[in-house]
Amino acid sequence: MTSDHAASIETHAGDHAADIDRHVRIYITVFVSLMVLTIVTVAVSYLHLPLPIAVSVALLVATVKGSLVACYFMHLISEKKLIYAVLVLTVVFFIALLALPALTTSNGFGIHE
Amino acid sequence: MDIPYTVEVRRDTGLTNGKIGIWLFLASEVMLFGALFASYILIRTGAQHWPRGETILNVPLATFNTIVLISSSVTMVMAWASLMRGRFGTFRIYMGATILLGFVFLVVKYFEYSHKFELGLFPSTNNFLAIYFTLTGLHMLHVIGGMAVNAYFWGPGAKLWNTNPAWFTNRVENAGLFWHFVDLVWIFLFPTLYLL
Repeated sequence: MTSDHAASIETHAGDHAADIDRHVRIYITVFVSLMVLTIVTVAVSYLHLPLPIAVSVALLVATVKGSLVACYFMHLISEKKLIYAVLVLTVVFFIALLALPALTTSNGFGIHE
Repeated sequence: MDIPYTVEVRRDTGLTNGKIGIWLFLASEVMLFGALFASYILIRTGAQHWPRGETILNVPLATFNTIVLISSSVTMVMAWASLMRGRFGTFRIYMGATILLGFVFLVVKYFEYSHKFELGLFPSTNNFLAIYFTLTGLHMLHVIGGMAVNAYFWGPGAKLWNTNPAWFTNRVENAGLFWHFVDLVWIFLFPTLYLL
């Protein structure tokens, strides 16, 4: 192995370690954010807001928390295109699934004519 | 015959087979929990009266469990980061902490369930409790499944580190993806069942 090659490998290893250190700092920041948002979720529930507002706030905070977990702990923020394609398809079907109850109560669907 | 594409990525997908496999599995899991959430919406919107979760369930205990599960997600990702740094000993500590936190979650859930049963509250009591026990029960099974996989990688499965560290690191990353998904589901279950 040439000394240049060895130096190059060492520099690469150093970059890699620095990259992981940067990731670890992000994980800790995300952890603190998730804790704060958990306290917010519970605190808001004690305000006894009207149900539509309470549902909106709770789901908004849960979505932010879920996004943090998915983006940083599950590394979705820097994932390959194929994974994004799979997830877009999943989200479309997931929304369709959640919309089904709404369809059953609409006049056009027939159950509550 | 060796399993292909465990470390090197496939040229067509740009991914290892394990990574695409776990994401496809998680996509199916989204639909499984999605079906139950849709059932919950249908049952709740069709009910004349629906209790607020806090009147029946123990919010402080569930908040504690939320903190436990989020903490376990952090220890899981730190276990993977330890392997990326080549520190196997640190990996063992973080992975052990993840398993322990999963166990704490189950113990708290055991006390929650026991208290409900003592009060004569069962899945058959009403629709609220039926959906509560179904959703949290299924989630609990996922916690147990995740703990079993994590325990394997903490114990006998860790032998792979000596022969193929890159493959072992990828396996731990995939186990982590499942564990984070379990955490993500709880993040939505907690407000839906306990606070609304």
